[in-house]
Amino acid sequence: MTERTAGRRLPAAWAEVLGELALTAAAVALALLAGAALLALAGYDVRDAYYNLWDGAFGSVYSVADTLVNAMPLLFAGLAVAFAFRGGLFNIGAEGQLYAGALATAVTAAALAEWPSVPLIAAAMLAGALAGGLWGLVPGALKAKTGAHEVITTIMLNYVAILLTTHLVKQYFKAPGPVDQTALIPAHARLPELIAGTRLTWAVVIGVVLVAAVDWLLRRTSFGFDVVLVGSNPGAAVYAGVPVAARTVWTMAVSGAVAGLAGSTMVLGVLYRFIANFSPGYGFTAVAVALVARARPWGVLPAAVLFGALQAGGLTMQLFARIPADLMTAVQGLVILFVAAPGLLYAWRRLPVAAPRAGTAMTMTAETAAEGAAETAAGPDNETARREAGP
Amino acid sequence: MTVSHNDAGRPLPPPAGAAPGPAPTPGGGGADAPPAPAIEMIGIYKRFGPVQASAGAHLRVYPGEIHCLLGENGAGKSTLMKILYGLYAMDAGEIRIRGRTAVIRSPGDAMRAGIGMVHQHFMLVDDFTVAENVIAGMEPRRRGLIDMAAARRLVAEYSRRFGLHVDPGARVEDLSVGQQQRVEILKALIRGAEFLILDEPTAVLTPQEADELFRVMRQLKAEGKTIIFITHKLKETMAVADRVTVLRAGRDAGSMPASQTTPQRLAELMVGRRVLLQVPAPPAQRGPALLQLENVTVKGAGKDLLRSVNLQVRGGEILGIAGVEGNGQLELEEVVAGWRTPDQGRVRIAGRDVAGMGPRRRRRPGCAHIPPGRPRRGPAPALSVEQNVVLGRHWGQPYARLGVLRRPAVRELADAVTSRFDVRGGRGPVGGLSGGNQQKLVVGRELYHNPWVILACQPTRGVDVGAIERIHRELLDMRARGAAVLLISADLDELLALSDRLAVIYEGEIVAEGETGQFTEEMLGLLMAGQRPSGGSGRNAAGRNGTGRDGAGRDGAGPTEATAGD
Amino acid sequence: MSEALEAIFHVNTLTSTLRLATPIALAAMAGTLSERVGVINLALEAKLLAGAFAGAYASYVTGSAWLGVGAAVLAGVLIGALLGLFTLRWRANHVVAGIGLNILALGLTTWLLQVIWGSRGTSPVVPDLPGWSIPGLQAVPLLGPLLSGHSPLVYVMLLAGPLLWVWLFKTPGGLRARMIGEHPEAADTVGIPVRRTQFLLLLAAGALAALGGAQLSLGHLSWFSQNMSAGRGYMALAANVFGRWNPLGSMLAALLFAFTDALQMRVQTLPSPPPTELVQMLPYLLTILVVAGAFRKARPPAALGRHYEPGRSGTE
Repeated sequence: MTERTAGRRLPAAWAEVLGELALTAAAVALALLAGAALLALAGYDVRDAYYNLWDGAFGSVYSVADTLVNAMPLLFAGLAVAFAFRGGLFNIGAEGQLYAGALATAVTAAALAEWPSVPLIAAAMLAGALAGGLWGLVPGALKAKTGAHEVITTIMLNYVAILLTTHLVKQYFKAPGPVDQTALIPAHARLPELIAGTRLTWAVVIGVVLVAAVDWLLRRTSFGFDVVLVGSNPGAAVYAGVPVAARTVWTMAVSGAVAGLAGSTMVLGVLYRFIANFSPGYGFTAVAVALVARARPWGVLPAAVLFGALQAGGLTMQLFARIPADLMTAVQGLVILFVAAPGLLYAWRRLPVAAPRAGTAMTMTAETAAEGAAETAAGPDNETARREAGP
Repeated sequence: MTVSHNDAGRPLPPPAGAAPGPAPTPGGGGADAPPAPAIEMIGIYKRFGPVQASAGAHLRVYPGEIHCLLGENGAGKSTLMKILYGLYAMDAGEIRIRGRTAVIRSPGDAMRAGIGMVHQHFMLVDDFTVAENVIAGMEPRRRGLIDMAAARRLVAEYSRRFGLHVDPGARVEDLSVGQQQRVEILKALIRGAEFLILDEPTAVLTPQEADELFRVMRQLKAEGKTIIFITHKLKETMAVADRVTVLRAGRDAGSMPASQTTPQRLAELMVGRRVLLQVPAPPAQRGPALLQLENVTVKGAGKDLLRSVNLQVRGGEILGIAGVEGNGQLELEEVVAGWRTPDQGRVRIAGRDVAGMGPRRRRRPGCAHIPPGRPRRGPAPALSVEQNVVLGRHWGQPYARLGVLRRPAVRELADAVTSRFDVRGGRGPVGGLSGGNQQKLVVGRELYHNPWVILACQPTRGVDVGAIERIHRELLDMRARGAAVLLISADLDELLALSDRLAVIYEGEIVAEGETGQFTEEMLGLLMAGQRPSGGSGRNAAGRNGTGRDGAGRDGAGPTEATAGD
Repeated sequence: MSEALEAIFHVNTLTSTLRLATPIALAAMAGTLSERVGVINLALEAKLLAGAFAGAYASYVTGSAWLGVGAAVLAGVLIGALLGLFTLRWRANHVVAGIGLNILALGLTTWLLQVIWGSRGTSPVVPDLPGWSIPGLQAVPLLGPLLSGHSPLVYVMLLAGPLLWVWLFKTPGGLRARMIGEHPEAADTVGIPVRRTQFLLLLAAGALAALGGAQLSLGHLSWFSQNMSAGRGYMALAANVFGRWNPLGSMLAALLFAFTDALQMRVQTLPSPPPTELVQMLPYLLTILVVAGAFRKARPPAALGRHYEPGRSGTE
């Protein structure tokens, strides 16, 4: 999937990032174009619709704040999915993990209400991370022990999490009233506002710090090295003695914990309580966020803002242009498809073989070149990992 | 002749009669062979990205001959043949079949032109039966369904006619490599192949199986088939070829009747310089046993994958494990590396029982593990050279502290390894290095820390000649330093060149063990096929629990723990 | 306790099992078809949803449920074509492309639901498929009531299992398809058109899964509701794994999943039902269990999920 750059004009990593940026921009543009076509087909005024979309996302300080608020759960959940991606795992279960985290946070915040503000918030978030981590650990362990594909198990666990949290709220934590929700958390458990008058809270700061932390973890630590190695080259990981099964479990647990924090910040910074069925599918949008970010932690930041903008703008579009905001979900799907298809946007300069660096051409044989290409294109090869991890 | 670019800088002046000039003498493929070539490839060019795999190669094959296409790994033999078989599209050049220009865009076109190919990696579905594999794409039908009975009859008929014995109802997965190869040949013949391309067919065979293959090739020739035989082995070329074309760096370096050349001359044409055929090694200075396997048994589904294996490797010696692939080598590797716990028995490293020690902990005190050169398992292509060099040691001092990597230490290590082991190709993602450099990097990573127990599995497979020499030299260096080396290889030449002692593994059992000098290639072949070198009948005549060693005789260094009685 | 037992073995539970199994089974068999040629088919969910929507809409517009079924098939084929384009032609990761298509289908159907009918919940009631009975069978005890009065798609599902089995394992086309999923290079070298076969089977799989979608909106119910597939596409994929990439196995596994679903519904009609959500979890939990058990011994097609460029570079 990677086009290696042979030139020395730019550091390879930079050139790669720039190329990917261009590709992503093209994918988003193409998806919005398709959305415009749909709008036109349905008889809407495309200009009016997209004007409102833009206005709601970036038109004023308030809409920017709104975009950022919408981006927050996507930032955490997207970071979670991206981390798992780096470990070669598809965590489609961020949705379930954030439900687990949200309920744990709400319950903890209520239980420890007499604690002072900062430790209370910390404890509530820790509880959210733990609950999310446990919910992520389950599919990780299933994968490591039985080889059950995490895509299926995480999706099933999403449904289970939504039903289970609803049940728990109904049965044990329900506030009086018709809605299945917990009581409001104490005022001092709420995340303080970052800019007065907006709904923008310290969650933003926590999110950025977390991005930096995950980036550091992946780049600079032995654990992160293991994760990336298992994700990119499970065969080599086995030969190097990396305990692949254990890493699978831990990768999913860490990913789940980060997704759990998405739920925590929703409860502590936006909802101030747990509400059954509160998520409009953050966990699924998170997959799009992680893909657009190419699974790079720092990429998650702009990607989350992009999708936050689509949501904020989509709502404005719904309010003022009377166009259902769900169109933006379809656009998300298209973005995923376009970003994921290297052949589509690279069609005009696709080569059958990844180009090696200058200087190796002399010794490199056709066979090894083709093999190199195969290995780069293969991506997560969990089948091999499982086989080689042995019993 | 419409050739326009054959004069562009040939590396060696081709010998007389070998130039693609007009009317060369046809090979020894029968005196009555007409002088017109059956297949002609003229000035073939093919590029993969920056790699010029074919650079104006010429080939002329005459009807009814066995034509050897000789060349090193990467000389472009397979590429040329895949072009002929329609798997690759050439960038420039011309193909003529029976004098007519042929357009071959797909294997289907090739088959219609009468060309069949047996690939190096078999094109067989493990899960299918022989008959299913053979007839797929040309199924006999009855009322819209596959007529399996007819398919089996067809396969049986062809296998009788060409002496290619194989059970049509057997599942391919259960067949030996040699049998699978027969299935591949059958596949081509049933599709009406007149020209048969065999791509490195002997690489996976025992010497006896190779002899059997040569017999089949001669029989096919007698039936009027034309065979193109790709190899890099001189001995085989001399044994079976009527005519030889040598390829070097994507071009033909010479073409001549086999009867008019010598192995030395062919070797020079292949490499473009004089070659040193073996690395000289001083006699072994043996130390204490550093790696011991005691009664190691690994159970699989229904059968033992390893059965009571006793082995020991002493410091300063290389013990080679010979065997046809799939006879327990993988399990042996896994047990020694620490990925798999044996169901019975013990592994000792420096006398210490290492049960319960994973691969990570075994590595720490001085064990190294060199994985196969192909499939390339050692390096992580997406990661940088630095990351690859520290791989496996990235958990602790001096390359990490408290779980955090120490960049300067890693960089220093990368500098040291790349310079000492001559790894070229820059510091970027390892996938961009040539196969040989990737493998040298892995060998360097493993040997840099001066291990004293080394497990090397197919260390030079699929690697170019320069890298092979280098890797062999490094292993011998380690031996000279007193390390114990367990070398698992399917390449008999490699085993004979490096090993002090050899053990033969067959169906999970060590059926013979002894000093290398006590084995001939023929004996090894028989043992690898599960037979007694004396020509005895029963393949299990060697019996169990080490009695098989008697046949080959051995020095006094047998396991002293044999009396432990477990 | 006896109430629970009665619920389990009540003939209504079994008939609703058949009805509920139809979408999952059809999608599972579609999954088998595409995975047998090496394409991971996570887009089953999208096909079910698109099929359900297109079926309901066409039935609403034309007044004919049969035309609805036709529209569903078209929608499924379209999604199959998209999956083929993205995974085969443009080399997208199969799983990611599937997820993208699922999100696209969810967003689009939810949006169109509001654009067309102005509701984010359900469509109005549309003409649905008639209940069919097999003449003579009705009189047979047990089997009669079990197999009578279903939507035609139920019978299509019951027939599709054995027919697809015969096709896949007994005909030349099936052999070639399986060869592609196991070893595309091998298929290529014997002249089987790899790409075309893969594409055709993806289209067929799209049609099949969309019939399952039509069963949701035109057979089982007679309207479309938002996210009506509710994860059945993923369950279908699990059923395909559990059924070992065999159409009959897929069908039987789907029947098992549907049985828990039917049971779950039945249990809720009891006088003192257990908590709704806990009972509703059953099919999902069962899927997890089954997948965990099945993967241990599963032997998926060897080339599943791989990108293969026929005649380009030999291997990739």
